[in-house]
Amino acid sequence: MLDAIGVDSLEALFEDVPRGLRLGRPLDVPPAASELEVMRELGAMAARNAHAESHAWFLGAGTYAHFVPSAIDALAGRAEFYTSYTPYQPEISQGTLQTIFEWQTMVCALTGLEVANASMYDGASATAEAALMAMRVTKRSKIVVAGLHPHYRDVLRTYLDGPGGTIEHASYGADGRTRDLAGHVDGDTACVVLQSPAFLGPIEDVRAAAEAARAQGALLVVSISEALSLGVLRAPGELGADVVCGEAQSFGIPMGFGGPHLGFLAAREKHLRQLPGRLCGETVDANGKRGFVLTLSTREQHIRRERATSNICTNQGLMLLRATIFLALLGREGLAALARQNLAKAAYLRERIARTPGLALPFAAPVFHELVVTLAPGDSAERALARALDDGIVGGLDLAPYAPELGPALLVCATELATRESIDRLVAALGRGAS
Amino acid sequence: MSDPNERTNQLPGAAGIAAVGNAATHVAFEEPLLFERSRPGRVGWSLPALDVPAVDPAFHLGGEAVRETCDGLPELSEVDVVRHFTRISTWNYSVDHGLYPLGSCTMKYNPKLNEAAARLPGFALSHPLQPAALAQGVLQLLFELERQLAEISGMDAVTLQPAAGSQGELAGVMMIRAYHESRGDKRMKVLVPDSAHGTNPASAAMNGYEVVSVPSGADGVLHPEAVAAAMSPEVACLMLTNPSTLGLFETHVAEIAKIVHAGGGLVYGDGANLNALLGVARPGDFGIDVMHFNLHKTFSTPHGGGGPGAGPVGVKGMLEPFLPAPLVRRRSTPDGDAYFLDDERPLSIGRLHGNLGNVGMLVRAFAYIRSLGPDGLRRCAELAVLNANYVLARLRDVYHVPYDRRVMHECVLSDAKLAPHHVSTMDVAKRLIDYGYHPPTIYFPLIVAGALMIEPTESESLEGLDQFVAAMRAIVREAAEDPALVRGAPHTTRLSRLDETRAARKPVLRWTPGRDT
Repeated sequence: MLDAIGVDSLEALFEDVPRGLRLGRPLDVPPAASELEVMRELGAMAARNAHAESHAWFLGAGTYAHFVPSAIDALAGRAEFYTSYTPYQPEISQGTLQTIFEWQTMVCALTGLEVANASMYDGASATAEAALMAMRVTKRSKIVVAGLHPHYRDVLRTYLDGPGGTIEHASYGADGRTRDLAGHVDGDTACVVLQSPAFLGPIEDVRAAAEAARAQGALLVVSISEALSLGVLRAPGELGADVVCGEAQSFGIPMGFGGPHLGFLAAREKHLRQLPGRLCGETVDANGKRGFVLTLSTREQHIRRERATSNICTNQGLMLLRATIFLALLGREGLAALARQNLAKAAYLRERIARTPGLALPFAAPVFHELVVTLAPGDSAERALARALDDGIVGGLDLAPYAPELGPALLVCATELATRESIDRLVAALGRGAS
Repeated sequence: MSDPNERTNQLPGAAGIAAVGNAATHVAFEEPLLFERSRPGRVGWSLPALDVPAVDPAFHLGGEAVRETCDGLPELSEVDVVRHFTRISTWNYSVDHGLYPLGSCTMKYNPKLNEAAARLPGFALSHPLQPAALAQGVLQLLFELERQLAEISGMDAVTLQPAAGSQGELAGVMMIRAYHESRGDKRMKVLVPDSAHGTNPASAAMNGYEVVSVPSGADGVLHPEAVAAAMSPEVACLMLTNPSTLGLFETHVAEIAKIVHAGGGLVYGDGANLNALLGVARPGDFGIDVMHFNLHKTFSTPHGGGGPGAGPVGVKGMLEPFLPAPLVRRRSTPDGDAYFLDDERPLSIGRLHGNLGNVGMLVRAFAYIRSLGPDGLRRCAELAVLNANYVLARLRDVYHVPYDRRVMHECVLSDAKLAPHHVSTMDVAKRLIDYGYHPPTIYFPLIVAGALMIEPTESESLEGLDQFVAAMRAIVREAAEDPALVRGAPHTTRLSRLDETRAARKPVLRWTPGRDT
């Protein structure tokens, strides 16, 4: 090979790298290891983490423990899917493209909107991109947020810094739902970003939020950090939302210590040209047979460069595949049935908490599968979680950094993985702080 | 793929296209959409009997808030779903099929070990908000990966948070902006060479910067004079890809960095092509102040049909205070090292990801670096550069080479010599599919008309490269002898060329019932 190139050594291939810029020593990283050694080492690291199969799991807050049907790993593990790239050459990428088209169709069905993209990095960046989109559509710069996951709010703030957007927070009322949204929306407001179910659990009034936004010519963005809630909640698009975005990790994607997950984004057709991200469209081949291609790329960075709708370059293809398989398996009835099971588990959890002396439910608003519990006076979230852990339970999120006004409180989530028995044990452990 | 005999029947011979036979009716070629397969009452799921009282959603949540069924989702059995996705998977080309020479995408082999590692329950089923005491293993892995990437790149600190290269760029430019602003220095412009990826100008624009294009020289590389001419106190940074998208090492990079630094600007390094430099040279040693890594390129995490990627960012010390929060830190305790998340970062640009980044990809990259070690990483660069130069050497007599010189990890050809036959780069790309290859990156970089950008990667053997070269050479002959054959390609796929104009003119972006299919 060197002869064909006309050099006498591998070193000579790097002649364009000035000598003074070369490293001249081996990299200081650990020496090579065999497959056995690497798996042993990583196995030991993995074993030092608690996970949803080592403990009963009530921690949610945007990342949810759900059962993953076996068919998903089997199909998503096909190398034809996971070792291919962005479908630049549609004739040899129809598997990926058809899946994206199916995903876009499913997202439209669940959100009640007309166009959906080929996914975003995660729920937080999807929400930030939705706000940027609303700024382009309305040519306004104020974003009113309500009920939003604090991490989503942080990501939104990061993304708004360059384009000069501002954030105004609407607070929650006595029942836990957003109050006085209309008081925050004015003629500078690009959109209201309403999370429902809210970070603290309550299901928000989407129709009222849509009216408050529309009255001032702003858009309503509904952000959903638990896509499974759409199995029982009416499509936000039917209630007046202009953009629906969020996190679809619950659709067959493991928690994975926080990623990769799956952002989704849907909008009305009239805003299509301002929608960021990849889109897959139907077309025909030279013989008139149906096929799919990436389309409307004139919105995107590789064509439009600095005038693009976003700098996003890829999507979350493999995660989208998992979610599409999940929704295909669960389907029209199954997704609703699974969502109702989650609803029932949380209702039971709520009822047990209500009957336990010392524990309290600060909010009366209905919830999906996650709710706030306040602990006995004198107890602390840290101690309550430690008691639960002693009983093999990861008991929820300490709300002190996020909602200190609640006093010692936890955000607890009961999915289909929670059994009656594990819920009883959790509530008993949390209640032992009352003395 | 279909029956091998049918495939043989379809292969074009010297006389042109052989009869397609009955392949067009192959059952796996006619897989409909999920929604078209749907039949009322079919289920592919099962749930345990409810062990708590059922609730009536309408009563519980209020009738208006509730939906009864998920109309619009299909009804399918598990067999339906498995056959559906298995069949359509065979319509994809993948790295596990063969050479995938997409330039600047680094489609190297994705070791199976990495997949097994990422599926370990302690990684796959752990939660980003579980207490640090219950996550010491994964935090240790993240901490060590940060240090390894810093060492490989010559940077001082690394964030693993960005979910992809483009988000890494966004973060990098944000840090540059925060750095200037922290010094009371308002700068409005970003310099971007004309050979850059489109994400560079888009990331600068999302930060509110005006983008100024800098021309490459006649020899393909960026020259100090061009940068000096564009440099001003208004310039926040230069965004540089090295090796460039022409596959060339930017030989003047150190001098260029000096010019930018002297003008008070910083230098952003696009790490898309880092594979060529592993263990050979480090961006931090040639003047780069901040750079992103594409773990799905250089560090072998799978491309997943277009993501998820991972785009960690490395910075020099002066940018460290601006890194996204939180960062993984280590402290010594009487019981040994303890890892924790540091959220107390007042100058940070903030958070970019809902959690800590695409951790599953980070586990894979860690396993890769651990498998290769220092010698193996350097070997990647050497063999990647060897393979690209070999392909160039074997094709330079039959294809036009706009910048005919030593290349790094990729080479760029063009269709200029095929113009007399009215055969274009697009035709060459589609014809390569008939020979069993994914085409190279085409029509990029924009500064080469009809570009064919070939990155073989280190994963290919000599025989594999020779087969590819033979196909590329055969296409040149075909262009002269039977140009219509090339212009009509591909001939061996389930679908022929797709009408992209039609897709964009009247967008159909979802399936609707009752439409003619």
